[in-house]
Amino acid sequence: MSHRKVGALLATGLIVVGGVLFGLYISLFLQSEPTPNVIAPASAREANLKLQTVAQIGHGPTPDWVSYYSMHDGHWMHSTILHVPAHALIHVTVYEYDGQSGLRNPLWGQPRGIVGGVMDVNGKPLRVLNPALTAHTFSIPSLGVSVPLEGVGDNAPHQCAVAPCSLATAHNTITFSFRTGKPGEYQWQCFVPCAAGTIYGFGGPMQTIGYMDGELDVA
Amino acid sequence: MKGFLDKMRPAPEMRRILIIWFVLSVIATPLVAIFVGPLLPPGAASDAAHGQQQDNTVMTALVTPIVIALLVYFVYSFISWRVPREADVGDGPPLRGSPSIMGTWVAVTVMIVIFLATWGSYELFPGETGAGGGQGPDPLAVATPAAAKTALRVQVIGQQWQWTFRYPSFGGVETTQLVLPVNRQVRFEVTSIDVVHSFWAIQLGVKADAVPDEANVAFVKPVKLGTFDIRCAELCGLWHGHMATHGQVVSMPAFQRWIAGQRRRWAPIQKYLPPMKRTYMPQPDYRAG
Repeated sequence: MSHRKVGALLATGLIVVGGVLFGLYISLFLQSEPTPNVIAPASAREANLKLQTVAQIGHGPTPDWVSYYSMHDGHWMHSTILHVPAHALIHVTVYEYDGQSGLRNPLWGQPRGIVGGVMDVNGKPLRVLNPALTAHTFSIPSLGVSVPLEGVGDNAPHQCAVAPCSLATAHNTITFSFRTGKPGEYQWQCFVPCAAGTIYGFGGPMQTIGYMDGELDVA
Repeated sequence: MKGFLDKMRPAPEMRRILIIWFVLSVIATPLVAIFVGPLLPPGAASDAAHGQQQDNTVMTALVTPIVIALLVYFVYSFISWRVPREADVGDGPPLRGSPSIMGTWVAVTVMIVIFLATWGSYELFPGETGAGGGQGPDPLAVATPAAAKTALRVQVIGQQWQWTFRYPSFGGVETTQLVLPVNRQVRFEVTSIDVVHSFWAIQLGVKADAVPDEANVAFVKPVKLGTFDIRCAELCGLWHGHMATHGQVVSMPAFQRWIAGQRRRWAPIQKYLPPMKRTYMPQPDYRAG
Protein backbone atom coordinates (compact mmCIF):
# COMPACT_ATOMS: atom_id res chain seq x y z
CA MET A 1 0.00 0.00 0.00
CA SER A 2 1.40 3.34 -0.97
CA HIS A 3 2.18 6.03 1.56
CA ARG A 4 -0.49 8.16 -0.03
CA LYS A 5 -3.19 5.53 0.53
CA VAL A 6 -2.02 4.94 4.09
CA GLY A 7 -2.19 8.68 4.72
CA ALA A 8 -5.66 8.92 3.25
CA LEU A 9 -6.84 5.96 5.32
CA LEU A 10 -5.39 7.47 8.48
CA ALA A 11 -6.96 10.84 7.76
CA THR A 12 -10.33 9.22 7.07
CA GLY A 13 -10.05 7.18 10.26
CA LEU A 14 -9.20 10.28 12.29
CA ILE A 15 -12.13 12.18 10.81
CA VAL A 16 -14.52 9.29 11.56
CA VAL A 17 -13.23 8.90 15.13
CA GLY A 18 -13.34 12.66 15.64
CA GLY A 19 -16.87 12.80 14.26
CA VAL A 20 -18.05 9.99 16.54
CA LEU A 21 -16.45 11.64 19.59
CA PHE A 22 -17.95 14.99 18.66
CA GLY A 23 -21.38 13.40 18.18
CA LEU A 24 -21.04 11.63 21.52
CA TYR A 25 -20.11 14.89 23.23
CA ILE A 26 -23.08 16.72 21.71
CA SER A 27 -25.38 13.84 22.61
CA LEU A 28 -24.20 13.77 26.22
CA PHE A 29 -24.43 17.55 26.42
CA LEU A 30 -28.00 17.54 25.15
CA GLN A 31 -29.03 14.78 27.52
CA SER A 32 -27.34 16.23 30.56
CA GLU A 33 -29.49 17.98 33.12
CA PRO A 34 -28.05 20.98 34.83
CA THR A 35 -29.32 20.20 38.28
CA PRO A 36 -30.39 17.10 40.14
CA ASN A 37 -33.92 15.87 39.67
CA VAL A 38 -36.48 16.23 42.38
CA ILE A 39 -39.23 13.66 42.43
CA ALA A 40 -42.33 14.75 44.25
CA PRO A 41 -43.68 12.14 46.67
CA ALA A 42 -46.69 10.87 44.83
CA SER A 43 -49.47 8.40 44.63
CA ALA A 44 -51.09 7.70 41.28
CA ARG A 45 -53.47 10.62 41.60
CA GLU A 46 -51.73 13.14 43.86
CA ALA A 47 -48.28 14.48 44.58
CA ASN A 48 -46.71 16.95 46.95
CA LEU A 49 -44.14 19.54 45.99
CA LYS A 50 -42.25 21.60 48.52
CA LEU A 51 -40.28 24.60 47.32
CA GLN A 52 -38.58 27.59 48.87
CA THR A 53 -37.28 30.78 47.39
CA VAL A 54 -34.27 32.50 48.87
CA ALA A 55 -32.93 35.99 48.36
CA GLN A 56 -29.41 34.68 47.81
CA ILE A 57 -27.96 31.23 47.90
CA GLY A 58 -24.92 32.41 49.85
CA HIS A 59 -22.38 30.02 48.39
CA GLY A 60 -20.91 28.78 45.11
CA PRO A 61 -19.76 30.88 42.16
CA THR A 62 -22.80 33.17 42.32
CA PRO A 63 -23.51 33.55 46.05
CA ASP A 64 -25.73 36.60 45.57
CA TRP A 65 -28.12 34.95 43.12
CA VAL A 66 -31.75 34.55 44.06
CA SER A 67 -33.00 31.01 43.71
CA TYR A 68 -35.62 28.35 44.17
CA TYR A 69 -34.87 25.23 46.21
CA SER A 70 -36.92 22.06 46.19
CA MET A 71 -37.35 19.24 48.65
CA HIS A 72 -36.38 15.69 47.80
CA ASP A 73 -36.57 12.86 50.35
CA GLY A 74 -36.86 15.36 53.18
CA HIS A 75 -33.78 17.34 52.13
CA TRP A 76 -33.60 20.70 50.41
CA MET A 77 -31.86 20.47 47.06
CA HIS A 78 -30.66 23.22 44.78
CA SER A 79 -32.76 21.96 41.88
CA THR A 80 -35.63 23.16 39.74
CA ILE A 81 -36.11 19.99 37.71
CA LEU A 82 -39.33 18.60 39.11
CA HIS A 83 -41.00 15.29 38.35
CA VAL A 84 -44.73 14.90 38.90
CA PRO A 85 -47.33 12.38 37.71
CA ALA A 86 -49.63 13.09 34.75
CA HIS A 87 -53.37 13.65 35.25
CA ALA A 88 -52.81 14.21 38.94
CA LEU A 89 -53.52 16.78 41.60
CA ILE A 90 -50.30 18.46 42.69
CA HIS A 91 -50.23 20.07 46.12
CA VAL A 92 -47.57 22.76 46.32
CA THR A 93 -46.11 24.40 49.40
CA VAL A 94 -43.76 27.32 48.88
CA TYR A 95 -41.79 28.85 51.71
CA GLU A 96 -41.06 32.39 50.60
CA TYR A 97 -37.98 33.85 52.29
CA ASP A 98 -37.22 36.68 49.88
CA GLY A 99 -38.35 40.29 50.28
CA GLN A 100 -41.09 42.15 48.45
CA SER A 101 -39.92 43.63 45.17
CA GLY A 102 -43.11 44.11 43.16
CA LEU A 103 -44.46 42.72 39.94
CA ARG A 104 -43.44 44.11 36.57
CA ASN A 105 -46.88 43.17 35.27
CA PRO A 106 -49.51 43.49 38.03
CA LEU A 107 -51.69 40.92 36.24
CA TRP A 108 -49.64 38.14 37.83
CA GLY A 109 -50.89 39.24 41.23
CA GLN A 110 -53.97 37.13 40.64
CA PRO A 111 -53.38 33.39 40.90
CA ARG A 112 -54.68 31.36 37.98
CA GLY A 113 -54.82 27.78 36.92
CA ILE A 114 -55.05 26.53 40.49
CA VAL A 115 -57.83 24.62 42.20
CA GLY A 116 -60.61 27.01 43.18
CA GLY A 117 -58.59 30.00 42.03
CA VAL A 118 -57.52 30.44 45.65
CA MET A 119 -54.11 30.20 47.28
CA ASP A 120 -53.42 30.05 50.99
CA VAL A 121 -50.98 32.57 52.44
CA ASN A 122 -50.01 31.72 56.02
CA GLY A 123 -53.30 29.86 56.37
CA LYS A 124 -55.50 32.59 54.91
CA PRO A 125 -57.22 32.08 51.56
CA LEU A 126 -56.39 34.77 49.02
CA ARG A 127 -57.80 35.42 45.54
CA VAL A 128 -55.44 38.25 44.70
CA LEU A 129 -52.18 39.58 46.08
CA ASN A 130 -51.26 43.24 46.06
CA PRO A 131 -48.62 43.21 43.28
CA ALA A 132 -46.36 45.47 45.35
CA LEU A 133 -46.04 42.75 48.01
CA THR A 134 -44.92 40.08 45.59
CA ALA A 135 -41.45 38.61 45.83
CA HIS A 136 -41.71 35.93 43.13
CA THR A 137 -44.18 33.91 41.15
CA PHE A 138 -44.41 30.21 40.53
CA SER A 139 -45.62 30.10 36.93
CA ILE A 140 -46.05 27.32 34.38
CA PRO A 141 -47.29 29.33 31.38
CA SER A 142 -48.06 26.37 29.13
CA LEU A 143 -50.27 24.84 31.85
CA GLY A 144 -51.92 28.19 32.56
CA VAL A 145 -50.66 28.14 36.15
CA SER A 146 -49.30 31.21 37.91
CA VAL A 147 -49.21 32.01 41.60
CA PRO A 148 -47.77 35.17 43.19
CA LEU A 149 -45.64 34.62 46.27
CA GLU A 150 -45.82 37.22 48.99
CA GLY A 151 -42.40 38.34 50.16
CA VAL A 152 -41.38 38.99 53.73
CA GLY A 153 -41.36 42.59 54.87
CA ASP A 154 -38.11 44.53 55.03
CA ASN A 155 -38.46 44.87 58.78
CA ALA A 156 -39.18 41.22 59.48
CA PRO A 157 -36.84 39.83 62.15
CA HIS A 158 -34.54 36.82 61.62
CA GLN A 159 -34.20 37.09 57.86
CA CYS A 160 -32.50 34.20 56.16
CA ALA A 161 -28.93 34.80 55.01
CA VAL A 162 -27.78 31.49 53.56
CA ALA A 163 -29.77 28.90 51.64
CA PRO A 164 -31.45 26.59 52.21
CA CYS A 165 -33.39 28.57 54.76
CA SER A 166 -34.94 27.06 57.87
CA LEU A 167 -38.45 27.63 59.10
CA ALA A 168 -36.97 29.47 62.07
CA THR A 169 -36.22 32.44 59.81
CA ALA A 170 -38.74 34.96 58.48
CA HIS A 171 -40.93 33.53 55.76
CA ASN A 172 -44.39 33.26 54.31
CA THR A 173 -45.99 29.91 53.58
CA ILE A 174 -48.02 29.72 50.39
CA THR A 175 -49.99 26.61 49.49
CA PHE A 176 -52.08 25.80 46.45
CA SER A 177 -52.95 22.89 44.18
CA PHE A 178 -53.06 22.45 40.45
CA ARG A 179 -53.83 19.61 38.10
CA THR A 180 -51.45 18.17 35.57
CA GLY A 181 -52.65 16.97 32.20
CA LYS A 182 -50.97 14.80 29.64
CA PRO A 183 -47.32 13.78 30.00
CA GLY A 184 -44.73 16.19 28.74
CA GLU A 185 -42.01 18.63 29.72
CA TYR A 186 -43.22 22.06 30.73
CA GLN A 187 -41.06 25.02 31.57
CA TRP A 188 -41.72 26.97 34.71
CA GLN A 189 -40.39 30.32 35.78
CA CYS A 190 -40.67 33.36 37.99
CA PHE A 191 -42.20 36.51 36.52
CA VAL A 192 -40.55 38.94 38.92
CA PRO A 193 -37.34 40.29 37.47
CA CYS A 194 -34.40 41.16 39.66
CA ALA A 195 -34.17 44.93 39.92
CA ALA A 196 -37.88 45.34 39.24
CA GLY A 197 -37.51 49.10 39.09
CA THR A 198 -35.50 49.08 35.88
CA ILE A 199 -36.23 47.84 32.39
CA TYR A 200 -33.51 45.23 32.82
CA GLY A 201 -33.40 42.51 35.41
CA PHE A 202 -34.13 39.32 33.54
CA GLY A 203 -30.54 38.16 33.33
CA GLY A 204 -28.46 35.89 35.55
CA PRO A 205 -30.66 33.76 37.81
CA MET A 206 -33.80 34.72 35.88
CA GLN A 207 -32.40 32.97 32.80
CA THR A 208 -30.78 30.01 34.50
CA ILE A 209 -32.36 26.63 35.10
CA GLY A 210 -31.68 25.67 38.70
CA TYR A 211 -32.33 29.21 39.94
CA MET A 212 -35.50 31.02 38.86
CA ASP A 213 -36.36 28.72 35.95
CA GLY A 214 -37.05 25.05 35.87
CA GLU A 215 -38.62 22.14 34.08
CA LEU A 216 -41.69 20.25 35.17
CA ASP A 217 -41.42 16.70 33.91
CA VAL A 218 -44.94 15.31 33.84
CA ALA A 219 -44.89 11.53 33.33
CA MET B 1 -26.96 42.76 -36.67
CA LYS B 2 -27.08 39.55 -38.64
CA GLY B 3 -23.88 38.41 -36.92
CA PHE B 4 -25.39 39.08 -33.51
CA LEU B 5 -28.55 37.14 -34.37
CA ASP B 6 -26.43 34.28 -35.62
CA LYS B 7 -24.65 34.23 -32.29
CA MET B 8 -27.92 34.34 -30.41
CA ARG B 9 -29.38 31.50 -32.49
CA PRO B 10 -29.15 28.44 -30.28
CA ALA B 11 -27.65 25.19 -31.40
CA PRO B 12 -30.20 22.47 -32.23
CA GLU B 13 -29.91 20.81 -28.86
CA MET B 14 -30.17 24.09 -27.03
CA ARG B 15 -33.23 24.91 -29.14
CA ARG B 16 -34.77 21.60 -28.08
CA ILE B 17 -34.08 22.41 -24.41
CA LEU B 18 -35.63 25.85 -24.80
CA ILE B 19 -38.76 24.39 -26.40
CA ILE B 20 -39.16 21.80 -23.65
CA TRP B 21 -38.62 24.49 -21.02
CA PHE B 22 -41.08 26.86 -22.68
CA VAL B 23 -43.83 24.25 -23.02
CA LEU B 24 -43.42 22.99 -19.46
CA SER B 25 -43.30 26.55 -18.08
CA VAL B 26 -46.46 27.56 -19.91
CA ILE B 27 -48.25 24.53 -18.49
CA ALA B 28 -46.75 24.49 -14.97
CA THR B 29 -46.79 28.19 -14.05
CA PRO B 30 -50.58 28.66 -14.10
CA LEU B 31 -51.05 25.25 -12.45
CA VAL B 32 -48.71 26.28 -9.63
CA ALA B 33 -50.53 29.60 -9.24
CA ILE B 34 -53.97 27.98 -9.23
CA PHE B 35 -53.37 24.82 -7.20
CA VAL B 36 -50.27 25.49 -5.07
CA GLY B 37 -50.99 29.15 -4.35
CA PRO B 38 -53.98 28.53 -2.05
CA LEU B 39 -51.86 26.10 -0.02
CA LEU B 40 -49.07 28.59 0.61
CA PRO B 41 -48.63 30.22 4.02
CA PRO B 42 -49.92 32.10 5.86
CA GLY B 43 -53.34 31.12 4.48
CA ALA B 44 -56.35 33.33 4.07
CA ALA B 45 -57.65 33.71 7.62
CA SER B 46 -57.41 37.50 7.41
CA ASP B 47 -57.15 40.22 4.81
CA ALA B 48 -53.46 40.71 5.57
CA ALA B 49 -52.78 36.98 5.40
CA HIS B 50 -54.61 36.73 2.09
CA GLY B 51 -52.49 39.56 0.69
CA GLN B 52 -49.31 37.82 1.82
CA GLN B 53 -50.51 34.55 0.33
CA GLN B 54 -51.06 36.30 -2.99
CA ASP B 55 -47.55 37.73 -2.79
CA ASN B 56 -46.16 34.27 -2.10
CA THR B 57 -48.17 32.93 -5.02
CA VAL B 58 -46.73 35.53 -7.38
CA MET B 59 -43.20 34.76 -6.23
CA THR B 60 -43.72 31.01 -6.48
CA ALA B 61 -45.17 31.38 -9.96
CA LEU B 62 -42.27 33.63 -10.92
CA VAL B 63 -39.71 31.13 -9.76
CA THR B 64 -41.44 28.18 -11.45
CA PRO B 65 -39.92 28.74 -14.94
CA ILE B 66 -36.50 29.19 -13.35
CA VAL B 67 -36.78 25.91 -11.45
CA ILE B 68 -38.07 24.20 -14.59
CA ALA B 69 -35.12 25.56 -16.58
CA LEU B 70 -32.68 24.03 -14.11
CA LEU B 71 -34.50 20.71 -14.01
CA VAL B 72 -34.89 20.45 -17.78
CA TYR B 73 -31.22 21.22 -18.38
CA PHE B 74 -30.21 18.77 -15.66
CA VAL B 75 -32.39 15.90 -16.94
CA TYR B 76 -31.54 16.62 -20.58
CA SER B 77 -27.86 16.50 -19.76
CA PHE B 78 -28.24 13.13 -18.08
CA ILE B 79 -30.19 11.61 -20.95
CA SER B 80 -28.73 13.19 -24.04
CA TRP B 81 -25.13 13.89 -23.15
CA ARG B 82 -24.47 10.73 -21.22
CA VAL B 83 -21.19 9.18 -22.33
CA PRO B 84 -21.23 5.38 -22.71
CA ARG B 85 -19.07 3.44 -20.27
CA GLU B 86 -16.81 2.09 -23.00
CA ALA B 87 -16.32 5.47 -24.65
CA ASP B 88 -12.96 7.12 -24.61
CA VAL B 89 -13.44 10.07 -22.32
CA GLY B 90 -11.25 12.84 -23.55
CA ASP B 91 -11.07 16.51 -22.82
CA GLY B 92 -14.08 18.45 -24.05
CA PRO B 93 -14.01 21.46 -26.31
CA PRO B 94 -12.82 24.68 -24.69
CA LEU B 95 -15.52 26.96 -23.25
CA ARG B 96 -15.48 30.54 -24.40
CA GLY B 97 -17.38 33.48 -23.04
CA SER B 98 -20.49 34.55 -24.86
CA PRO B 99 -21.27 38.26 -24.50
CA SER B 100 -24.75 37.75 -25.88
CA ILE B 101 -25.61 35.02 -23.34
CA MET B 102 -24.08 37.04 -20.50
CA GLY B 103 -25.93 40.16 -21.63
CA THR B 104 -29.23 38.30 -21.79
CA TRP B 105 -28.61 36.73 -18.36
CA VAL B 106 -27.80 40.08 -16.74
CA ALA B 107 -30.76 41.81 -18.42
CA VAL B 108 -33.25 39.16 -17.34
CA THR B 109 -31.89 39.08 -13.78
CA VAL B 110 -32.00 42.88 -13.52
CA MET B 111 -35.57 42.94 -14.80
CA ILE B 112 -36.66 40.33 -12.24
CA VAL B 113 -34.94 42.16 -9.38
CA ILE B 114 -36.36 45.56 -10.39
CA PHE B 115 -39.83 44.07 -10.75
CA LEU B 116 -39.63 42.44 -7.30
CA ALA B 117 -38.29 45.63 -5.69
CA THR B 118 -41.02 47.78 -7.26
CA TRP B 119 -43.79 45.33 -6.55
CA GLY B 120 -42.53 44.67 -3.01
CA SER B 121 -42.43 48.40 -2.23
CA TYR B 122 -45.96 48.79 -3.56
CA GLU B 123 -47.16 45.90 -1.42
CA LEU B 124 -45.78 47.57 1.71
CA PHE B 125 -48.41 50.27 1.29
CA PRO B 126 -51.49 48.10 1.41
CA GLY B 127 -54.23 50.68 1.77
CA GLU B 128 -57.41 48.90 2.77
CA THR B 129 -56.03 45.57 3.85
CA GLY B 130 -53.26 46.26 6.32
CA ALA B 131 -49.75 44.98 5.77
CA GLY B 132 -49.81 42.71 8.79
CA GLY B 133 -46.45 44.07 9.88
CA GLY B 134 -45.98 46.66 12.55
CA GLN B 135 -46.32 50.09 11.00
CA GLY B 136 -44.90 52.11 13.89
CA PRO B 137 -46.76 54.22 16.42
CA ASP B 138 -48.25 56.52 13.79
CA PRO B 139 -48.98 54.55 10.64
CA LEU B 140 -48.82 56.43 7.36
CA ALA B 141 -52.21 57.51 6.13
CA VAL B 142 -51.81 55.41 3.02
CA ALA B 143 -51.24 52.33 5.16
CA THR B 144 -54.25 52.85 7.38
CA PRO B 145 -57.40 50.88 6.60
CA ALA B 146 -60.59 52.85 6.11
CA ALA B 147 -62.16 51.19 9.15
CA ALA B 148 -59.19 52.09 11.36
CA LYS B 149 -61.15 54.56 13.45
CA THR B 150 -63.74 51.97 14.45
CA ALA B 151 -61.23 49.16 14.79
CA LEU B 152 -61.21 46.99 17.89
CA ARG B 153 -58.10 48.03 19.81
CA VAL B 154 -56.09 45.22 21.35
CA GLN B 155 -52.90 45.95 23.23
CA VAL B 156 -50.36 43.16 22.97
CA ILE B 157 -47.83 43.09 25.81
CA GLY B 158 -44.70 40.98 25.51
CA GLN B 159 -42.84 39.89 28.61
CA GLN B 160 -40.32 37.18 29.30
CA TRP B 161 -41.88 34.72 28.47
CA GLN B 162 -45.59 35.16 27.87
CA TRP B 163 -47.96 37.36 25.91
CA THR B 164 -50.83 39.18 27.57
CA PHE B 165 -53.58 41.21 25.92
CA ARG B 166 -55.51 44.27 27.02
CA TYR B 167 -58.82 45.38 25.59
CA PRO B 168 -59.19 49.15 26.18
CA SER B 169 -62.78 49.16 24.91
CA PHE B 170 -63.75 46.74 27.67
CA GLY B 171 -62.49 48.45 30.79
CA GLY B 172 -58.85 47.73 29.98
CA VAL B 173 -59.23 44.11 31.01
CA GLU B 174 -55.98 42.19 30.61
CA THR B 175 -56.00 38.49 29.79
CA THR B 176 -53.64 35.72 28.81
CA GLN B 177 -55.83 34.76 25.85
CA LEU B 178 -56.32 36.49 22.52
CA VAL B 179 -59.83 36.19 21.12
CA LEU B 180 -61.01 38.31 18.18
CA PRO B 181 -64.39 38.79 16.50
CA VAL B 182 -64.63 37.78 12.87
CA ASN B 183 -65.02 40.40 10.14
CA ARG B 184 -64.06 43.25 12.43
CA GLN B 185 -61.05 45.47 11.83
CA VAL B 186 -58.53 45.01 14.63
CA ARG B 187 -55.81 47.42 15.62
CA PHE B 188 -52.99 45.68 17.48
CA GLU B 189 -50.84 47.99 19.59
CA VAL B 190 -47.76 45.93 20.33
CA THR B 191 -45.34 46.74 23.12
CA SER B 192 -43.00 45.07 25.58
CA ILE B 193 -42.25 45.54 29.25
CA ASP B 194 -38.75 44.07 29.19
CA VAL B 195 -36.72 43.13 26.11
CA VAL B 196 -37.52 43.18 22.40
CA HIS B 197 -40.02 40.52 21.34
CA SER B 198 -41.90 40.05 18.09
CA PHE B 199 -45.62 39.33 18.06
CA TRP B 200 -46.32 36.81 15.31
CA ALA B 201 -49.92 35.72 14.78
CA ILE B 202 -49.01 33.30 12.05
CA GLN B 203 -52.27 32.48 10.25
CA LEU B 204 -53.45 36.09 10.57
CA GLY B 205 -50.34 37.27 8.75
CA VAL B 206 -49.35 39.63 11.55
CA LYS B 207 -45.79 40.08 12.68
CA ALA B 208 -44.94 43.20 14.66
CA ASP B 209 -41.94 43.92 16.86
CA ALA B 210 -42.68 44.43 20.54
CA VAL B 211 -40.25 47.07 21.76
CA PRO B 212 -40.11 48.54 25.29
CA ASP B 213 -41.50 52.08 25.45
CA GLU B 214 -42.84 51.84 21.88
CA ALA B 215 -46.35 51.12 20.62
CA ASN B 216 -46.15 49.36 17.28
CA VAL B 217 -49.45 49.39 15.39
CA ALA B 218 -50.58 46.59 13.08
CA PHE B 219 -53.99 46.32 11.45
CA VAL B 220 -55.73 43.10 10.55
CA LYS B 221 -59.23 41.94 9.74
CA PRO B 222 -59.87 38.27 10.54
CA VAL B 223 -62.26 36.78 8.01
CA LYS B 224 -62.40 33.12 9.04
CA LEU B 225 -63.49 31.48 12.26
CA GLY B 226 -60.90 29.24 13.91
CA THR B 227 -57.66 29.20 15.85
CA PHE B 228 -54.31 30.69 14.97
CA ASP B 229 -50.83 30.24 16.37
CA ILE B 230 -49.01 32.98 18.22
CA ARG B 231 -45.27 32.92 18.66
CA CYS B 232 -42.44 35.22 19.58
CA ALA B 233 -40.32 35.77 16.47
CA GLU B 234 -37.43 37.55 18.18
CA LEU B 235 -34.93 35.61 20.26
CA CYS B 236 -35.69 36.86 23.76
CA GLY B 237 -33.94 34.62 26.25
CA LEU B 238 -34.04 31.22 27.88
CA TRP B 239 -37.69 30.30 27.22
CA HIS B 240 -38.09 32.15 23.92
CA GLY B 241 -39.03 28.87 22.24
CA HIS B 242 -41.87 28.41 24.73
CA MET B 243 -43.31 31.89 24.23
CA ALA B 244 -46.18 30.55 22.17
CA THR B 245 -49.90 30.27 22.52
CA HIS B 246 -53.05 30.09 20.43
CA GLY B 247 -55.56 32.76 19.54
CA GLN B 248 -59.12 32.35 18.38
CA VAL B 249 -61.41 34.08 15.91
CA VAL B 250 -65.05 33.77 16.94
CA SER B 251 -68.39 35.24 16.01
CA MET B 252 -69.31 38.62 17.49
CA PRO B 253 -71.86 37.17 19.99
CA ALA B 254 -69.29 34.59 21.13
CA PHE B 255 -66.72 37.36 21.49
CA GLN B 256 -69.11 39.42 23.62
CA ARG B 257 -69.72 36.43 25.89
CA TRP B 258 -66.01 35.71 26.13
CA ILE B 259 -64.97 39.27 26.96
CA ALA B 260 -67.71 39.50 29.61
CA GLY B 261 -66.36 36.28 31.14
CA GLN B 262 -62.82 37.64 31.11
CA ARG B 263 -63.93 40.81 32.90
CA ARG B 264 -65.50 38.68 35.62
CA ARG B 265 -62.53 36.34 35.82
CA TRP B 266 -59.90 39.07 36.14
CA ALA B 267 -62.01 41.41 38.27
CA PRO B 268 -59.96 40.85 41.46
CA ILE B 269 -56.75 42.18 39.90
CA GLN B 270 -58.38 44.94 37.87
CA LYS B 271 -57.88 47.64 40.52
CA TYR B 272 -54.15 46.97 40.56
CA LEU B 273 -53.66 47.28 36.79
CA PRO B 274 -52.19 50.55 35.58
CA PRO B 275 -54.47 52.79 33.50
CA MET B 276 -54.35 52.06 29.78
CA LYS B 277 -51.22 53.61 28.31
CA ARG B 278 -49.36 53.22 25.06
CA THR B 279 -46.43 51.64 26.89
CA TYR B 280 -45.57 50.59 30.41
CA MET B 281 -42.23 51.17 32.03
CA PRO B 282 -41.19 49.70 35.38
CA GLN B 283 -42.16 51.56 38.49
CA PRO B 284 -38.93 53.20 39.66
CA ASP B 285 -39.89 52.86 43.31
CA TYR B 286 -39.76 49.09 43.06
CA ARG B 287 -36.51 48.02 44.63
CA ALA B 288 -34.02 45.53 43.34
CA GLY B 289 -34.71 42.07 44.61
